[in-house]
Amino acid sequence: MTQTTLETTTVAAGLPQVSHPRNPGMALDMDWVMGAQANTSAIERRCATLPGRRTVKKEYQAAWLARAISCIDLTTLAGDDTPGRVKRLCAKAMQPVRADLLEALGLPDLTTGAVCVYHEMVPYAVEALAGSGIPVAAVSTGFPAGLSPYPLRVKEIEESVKAGAEEIDIVISRRHVLTGNWQALYEEMKDFRAACGEAHVKAILATGELGTLRNVARASLVCMMAGADFIKTSTGKESVNATLPVSLVMIRAIRAYQQVTGTRVGYKPAGGISKAKDSLVYLSLMKEELGDRWLRPDLFRFGASSLLGDIERQLEHHVSGAYSASWRHAMA
Amino acid sequence: MTIPEIFETMEYGPAMEDASEAHAWIAKHEGRFGHFIGGAFTAAGESFATRNPATGEDLAHITQGTQADVNAAVDAAAKAFPRWSKLSGHQRARHLYALARLLQKHSRLFAVLETMDNGKPIRESRDIDIPLAQRHFYYHAGLAQLRDSELPGHQPLGVCGQVIPWNFPLLMLAWKVAPALAAGNTVVLKPAEYTSLTALLFADICREAGLPKGVVNIVTGDGATGAALVDHPGVAKVAFTGSTEVGGKIREATAGSGKALTLELGGKSPYIVFDDADIDSAIEGLVDAIWFNQGQVCCAGSRLLVQENIAEDFHARLKARMANLRAGDPLDKCIDIGAVVDPVQHAQISRMVSENTAGETYHAPIDMPSTGCFYPPTLITGLEPADRLMQEEIFGPVLVSSTFRTPGEAVALANNTRYGLAATLWTENVNLALDVAPTLAAGVVWVNATNLFDAAAGFGGVRESGFGREGGWEGLLAYLKPADAGKPVKPAKVHAPGEADFEGIDRTAKFYVGGKQARPDGGYSRPVHGHRGALLGHVGIANRKDIRNAVEAAQKAAGWGKTTGHLRAQILYYIAENLGARAGEFADRIRAQTGRSAASAREEVEIALSRLFSYAAWADKFDGAAKSVPIRGVALAMNEPVGVIGAFCPEEAPLLGPVSLLAPAVAMGNRIVLVAGESAPLSATDLYQVLDTSDVPGGVVNILTGSHSELAKPLATHMDVDAVWSFSSADISGVIEAGSAGSLKRTWVNNGRNPDWFGATVEGKAFLRAATEVKTIWVPYGE
Repeated sequence: MTQTTLETTTVAAGLPQVSHPRNPGMALDMDWVMGAQANTSAIERRCATLPGRRTVKKEYQAAWLARAISCIDLTTLAGDDTPGRVKRLCAKAMQPVRADLLEALGLPDLTTGAVCVYHEMVPYAVEALAGSGIPVAAVSTGFPAGLSPYPLRVKEIEESVKAGAEEIDIVISRRHVLTGNWQALYEEMKDFRAACGEAHVKAILATGELGTLRNVARASLVCMMAGADFIKTSTGKESVNATLPVSLVMIRAIRAYQQVTGTRVGYKPAGGISKAKDSLVYLSLMKEELGDRWLRPDLFRFGASSLLGDIERQLEHHVSGAYSASWRHAMA
Repeated sequence: MTIPEIFETMEYGPAMEDASEAHAWIAKHEGRFGHFIGGAFTAAGESFATRNPATGEDLAHITQGTQADVNAAVDAAAKAFPRWSKLSGHQRARHLYALARLLQKHSRLFAVLETMDNGKPIRESRDIDIPLAQRHFYYHAGLAQLRDSELPGHQPLGVCGQVIPWNFPLLMLAWKVAPALAAGNTVVLKPAEYTSLTALLFADICREAGLPKGVVNIVTGDGATGAALVDHPGVAKVAFTGSTEVGGKIREATAGSGKALTLELGGKSPYIVFDDADIDSAIEGLVDAIWFNQGQVCCAGSRLLVQENIAEDFHARLKARMANLRAGDPLDKCIDIGAVVDPVQHAQISRMVSENTAGETYHAPIDMPSTGCFYPPTLITGLEPADRLMQEEIFGPVLVSSTFRTPGEAVALANNTRYGLAATLWTENVNLALDVAPTLAAGVVWVNATNLFDAAAGFGGVRESGFGREGGWEGLLAYLKPADAGKPVKPAKVHAPGEADFEGIDRTAKFYVGGKQARPDGGYSRPVHGHRGALLGHVGIANRKDIRNAVEAAQKAAGWGKTTGHLRAQILYYIAENLGARAGEFADRIRAQTGRSAASAREEVEIALSRLFSYAAWADKFDGAAKSVPIRGVALAMNEPVGVIGAFCPEEAPLLGPVSLLAPAVAMGNRIVLVAGESAPLSATDLYQVLDTSDVPGGVVNILTGSHSELAKPLATHMDVDAVWSFSSADISGVIEAGSAGSLKRTWVNNGRNPDWFGATVEGKAFLRAATEVKTIWVPYGE
């Protein structure tokens, strides 16, 4: 059934690749932006019924959970982060699941998709992950509110790239969306993208603060037109973070953008995804709405910190047949 | 496949629902089922196999019900009726509540059994059919509790014969059984022969719930068994869901029998997408519209109408979505498209699609099971209204599509059909949605959604999709009748001529058609004599062409239905004002025609004035409802005019009769063709002068005189008449009901018994309900 070609994945299974052709962006097309619609109740119905329409069992479930791990941006974004804490996180990213379990699953080289930290922690993460092939992502541009001086926000990107971050998670100015200043949003995103240079840029829309799903759809399109490689739901700091309805709106925007431009943009839901089962629903949502090509870490990431723990326990259950306990798995 | 392989391919893999409990239940019955009569299963008789359409496997043997079986079941129901109907509402509510609880407790068994017997995906039976059936029993437990206090003056009908289809076996059972029991009736239900198993499991549940013996009886079998049930003289009401063809036959078979009837029949429901819609959501909606239950849904949005400027993009995206549907074993939890119910149905779908040469046919390029009864999701674009597949119901996973340019054209195309069950429209413009929804010929309209159902919201159609509503208070009323049965009518008394004593200038009453006086087409008139034989005048003898002309005039006055209730009230008051000014003259006319006392004649005029006032009052007060459905949104039950009503007036009240019929009809926005009583027609014809001076637009009220027996058939068979009422003394109830079968219009006939026109109980909601169709408009919302 799958006809997609995986032109970018060439190395051993499990190794995440950040080698997808980048989104060159396009001129701001306001007719398209303003024509975007999002019917909330219909979108909610689709999301409510999806878990009943698709499910994976047994070895399929185990394989899908392993796939979910490969797409995790293992994250710490706390005020009390220290080099030691980040080092521990990086160790977990490289060995996300107990070795005997990975052996049993036949996926000994499984790692997470990336490690995501604040700028100050980038050098420690880069050092800890050296040689692993796992990229470091830095949140940037005055994360999480994005209200620090504009030149400093641009500069922050450049500093993080200089420090070795291969992916930059920027936050957009929500006020541009809320005031309908799409041109300003477009310019901002273009500037951020330019500042990233070779690093890939993920645009955090902070959907919990955008008011409507229609705004989410429009902001998604504008950020893609301005060259975002990924669009991402949330900082994890808003009161409402990733939800299925918001995800559906964003990935439909990604699909529309691909249909028009031929360019694939990635998607990253972040915040609030903590259960293995949730990750399976997200994967099936991606598979249904965008296709199998979006089930790879170069086009799909989970922004999550506690999700991995739940998946580990499910995988042990799959291997042993007995329900697991959290203390049997190494902490991040 | 190994985990590393799946890790690469990311396929779903099988996710089979365990069917062992369902097989165990069948085995417990030794794979052979008798009927459920009088609280017990009968021994299995001559039987046929019921199959799993996905595998072809025989599941069990079902008994073919005979006339004797039907007799036994109706007898059992009749025997149970007196006690059951006399239980308090609360006691019946307890029984319905117990049934709801047991359905819930055995929900997975019901779901698995349904999927095995019918072929529908387990997701649908598990998440939709069975929960909705439970909800129906819970809701009707409530209606049973409230019936006595909220619907005084009503009583149950008796034994209800219910025949249900195979597409939603348990859900249709719930829709039929729950309201019947809530109202106090007992039932004999005949499930479809392809899908009897969940009804038989329900019989088990009835025993478990301690339902009194004979309250629910289930007789299995094919159409012959159903016909025996429909024809049984002990049945007081027939409720049928199924094809329009069979519905028409049932209408003919029950005509004149006095049996109440509700029919929920076929459809070719439009699915309208305006250019400002959320296109992806509208496409996802189509999955729920036409690929729900393999398209074997009477209200399936099967006729796609897309605005021309987005059609190309819409069809491209729709095809992409179709390629993601998964067909396969319906017990797999990951399946969208299960099996069609039977090879017969599969052959019918295949034939209709292969015989079509118009447009472009696209079958979803998906893996289809190599065995079993499966048909691929199909889209046929570029069809025109004249193409057969735009008009005929396919009842399979086949969507046909056409385009429109303007909202007006969308409505015209949507309504260009024999059917009128449901309609769907997608737009982000609330003005457009709320403007278009009331103009669609359908009993149910979904705005930005499709196939939403709930026990609280009425469901049912107009035109050849049948009549009657299921769900809500309106559905309960279909299982009740007025406690007052009225009195037998007396034959029309046409007075013989006495000595020629005519005085004054010759006056000939004409017909009143389209706001003008009209001579009879045939050129025949007859004299009207007073009770002492005095010649009072002449009236025309209408023939079928006069019926044709009157109906045409009434159809032209369609704008009346769009006027405000306030305006209609004003005009009814004005009629009363002008009638009141001539009260003496009208009283004299009644007296001259009937020989009744002056006081009695005067009283009739006074009551007629009061009746006009009553319906003027009702014109802006017969409110619809916002139903409490379990969604974020509203389900509006709107009372819409029926359209053109043909009505035969009673003999008992020359003036009050026609007024009692025209006033509610006109108040609710209908146009009416009245055929005056035969013994004293001049009061009705005098009335047109009053109408003429009261700003009643031409065509809203049309008045004919003539033989009821001769006019019954042309009026009842007229395809452009929406309902026929008869309070005639002539024996025409059967003729009207039989004649209505051709277009399945609503009928309301007296079966030889009339209410007391001079009393108060004849006035009000019964007439208002007959003069309206409940349209349920679902508007989910959220930003």
